[in-house]
Amino acid sequence: MKIHEYQGKKLFADFGMPVQDGYVFENMEDAESTIKKVQEDFNTEDVVVKAQIHAGGRGKGGGVKYSPNFDKALENAKNILGMNLITHQTGESGQVVRKVYVTEAFDIAEEYYAAITLDRGKGMDVFMVSSEGGVEIEKVAAETPEKIAKVWIDPLLGMKSFQARKLAYALGLTGDAFKAAMKIFVQMYHAYQSIDATIVEVNPLILTTDGRVVVLDAKVNLDDNALFRHKDIAAMRDLDEEDPNEVEAGKFNLNYIKLDGNVGCMVNGAGLAMATMDIIKLAGGEPANFLDVGGTASAETVKNGFRIILSDENVKAVLINIFGGIVRCDRVANGVIQAVKELGLKVPVVVRLEGTNAKEAQKILSESGVDIIPAVGMKDAAQKAVNAAKGN
Amino acid sequence: MSILVNKDSRIVVQGITGSEGQFHTGQMLEYGTNVVAGVTPGKGGQSTLDDRVPVFNSVEEAVEQTGADTSIIFVPPPFAADAVIEASFAGIKVVVCITEGVPVHDMVKVKKVVDQNGTRLIGPNCPGIITVDECKLGIMPGFICKKGNIGVISKSGTLTYEAIDQLVNVGLGQTTAIGIGGDPIIGTTMKDCIELFEADPETKGIVVIGEIGGQMEIEAARWAKENVTKPMVGFIAGQTAPPGRRMGHAGAIVSGGDDTAEAKMRILGECGIAVAESVADIGDLMKAAMEK
Repeated sequence: MKIHEYQGKKLFADFGMPVQDGYVFENMEDAESTIKKVQEDFNTEDVVVKAQIHAGGRGKGGGVKYSPNFDKALENAKNILGMNLITHQTGESGQVVRKVYVTEAFDIAEEYYAAITLDRGKGMDVFMVSSEGGVEIEKVAAETPEKIAKVWIDPLLGMKSFQARKLAYALGLTGDAFKAAMKIFVQMYHAYQSIDATIVEVNPLILTTDGRVVVLDAKVNLDDNALFRHKDIAAMRDLDEEDPNEVEAGKFNLNYIKLDGNVGCMVNGAGLAMATMDIIKLAGGEPANFLDVGGTASAETVKNGFRIILSDENVKAVLINIFGGIVRCDRVANGVIQAVKELGLKVPVVVRLEGTNAKEAQKILSESGVDIIPAVGMKDAAQKAVNAAKGN
Repeated sequence: MSILVNKDSRIVVQGITGSEGQFHTGQMLEYGTNVVAGVTPGKGGQSTLDDRVPVFNSVEEAVEQTGADTSIIFVPPPFAADAVIEASFAGIKVVVCITEGVPVHDMVKVKKVVDQNGTRLIGPNCPGIITVDECKLGIMPGFICKKGNIGVISKSGTLTYEAIDQLVNVGLGQTTAIGIGGDPIIGTTMKDCIELFEADPETKGIVVIGEIGGQMEIEAARWAKENVTKPMVGFIAGQTAPPGRRMGHAGAIVSGGDDTAEAKMRILGECGIAVAESVADIGDLMKAAMEK
């Protein structure tokens, strides 16, 4: 799960990290009062107006504006709220800005990068910092990897002082700023651990002209599998930032991701679902979605999956590919028939059922009178679905 | 011969009285798996599944009373890490964790513990292991397998069944099939399994099925290039997966670099593994490789 910058900073602040603070508004009528409150509470004339969307690259896309005074801040707020922000992470369609964060502004002397994430290969969390902050870290990693310092943290020991020191040294800090950065790194690791984050990233972490180290941005992704023990964080979920069909699918424990093609697919198991998308492409078509109905597909899940696939207007054919293990194919077949009868058959449906009770399932389908296209094997199924989508 | 489990493995089922535990233990018994004990805290002293399996309060007790040496875990995600560590501390040698949705921070710690204790953990979020006609330690449908000499390793459940089905259709049976799981941190890697199959005299060929995300397939392929003498076939799912999106499995996400399907397929090929472009070609490729 992703959360907004302002939510991430709130979590960071709870762990003692010094953050660039501010307030959020969602309606233009609250803009004036929000800006004034930031100016008063933080005793500042200049503020920063920041679009809150889940994608990165907001600054480049025009979603973050330094505002030297109230009038300029209000003007920027007007422009940003409701804008369709397009960044390298939103895709071409962009993301509408529904929340605006007004924060205090700082005079920046230096910009750094700091992040913690899992190193899958080593099976340990890795803490990375770089003296090159404020820019895309992928670029730094590709061009000047020596400017990124890393420490790997033993999961049973946690982060040790010498590791925090190594990171602070790597930024070239001295004196009070060194001590402040070290403290921030320890707090950041504590936050990462405590909230079950999969990534925490601060870009930039800044050194102000008066020598303070401050968190200027916060990217926090959380482990969906651990949200059961973080009810407060789970409540931060912003459904406006997610695809409505994916949200709808989630309600039925279906794993759906919309893609750009026209062959809808419904498969049991994530690996087989990906392989089905791939073979559709090899057959000359484009998959319209990823949909894993899970290991216990019932008539009900099949019906819901069908409905979600068909809500995508691009879909010109549907391929159902089920390898019954624990799932019984005859039940899936009944689900398909029920779904087709209830929802109507707007597009051709190709069905491939293999495994437990596959023969019974084929019998049920052929005797049902429902107009589906049976297939044997994945190659046959993919080819039939692609042909059907092309109107052949 | 086979790897990891066989007819002599003495199985304890953790979470045996839950609905998943009940159903799948029944299926395992039906397959002929030597299930000797179950564990559900608070239900020790009872027996379950028509009195066929005694239930204990702890894995330690189950080991003491029945000599269990292998465990399978069906407990819910919040308790899965504790269950693995309990099995490890009780001296269990092979632990299969079926549970889907174990927090990754839990697994990072668990992995360190099982490695230190020398416990072989398979999973989590996996279909388990099947040694054909001897021991089904998992949730895969036993009837699709046929005894033979191909070892199968896969990150995904139903895709494993697909591969097994294709192998059987071209006349190739299996020694052991292992679903290693698709989470970011898993107990036993693809490379570990290849190493076991290479050392198993009965296994004559190896199928590896990977997917997008992580570096495991690449590590496995590079090791295989230097060490494996048996023919290998590989498939990578997710050629059409968009970057940055988690495709079902917590670990199946393209985050840049070598973790795309394309990059992995290229490297597998460079390491001498016959790569199936299409999932439908796995069986035929293995057959061709075995006939060489």
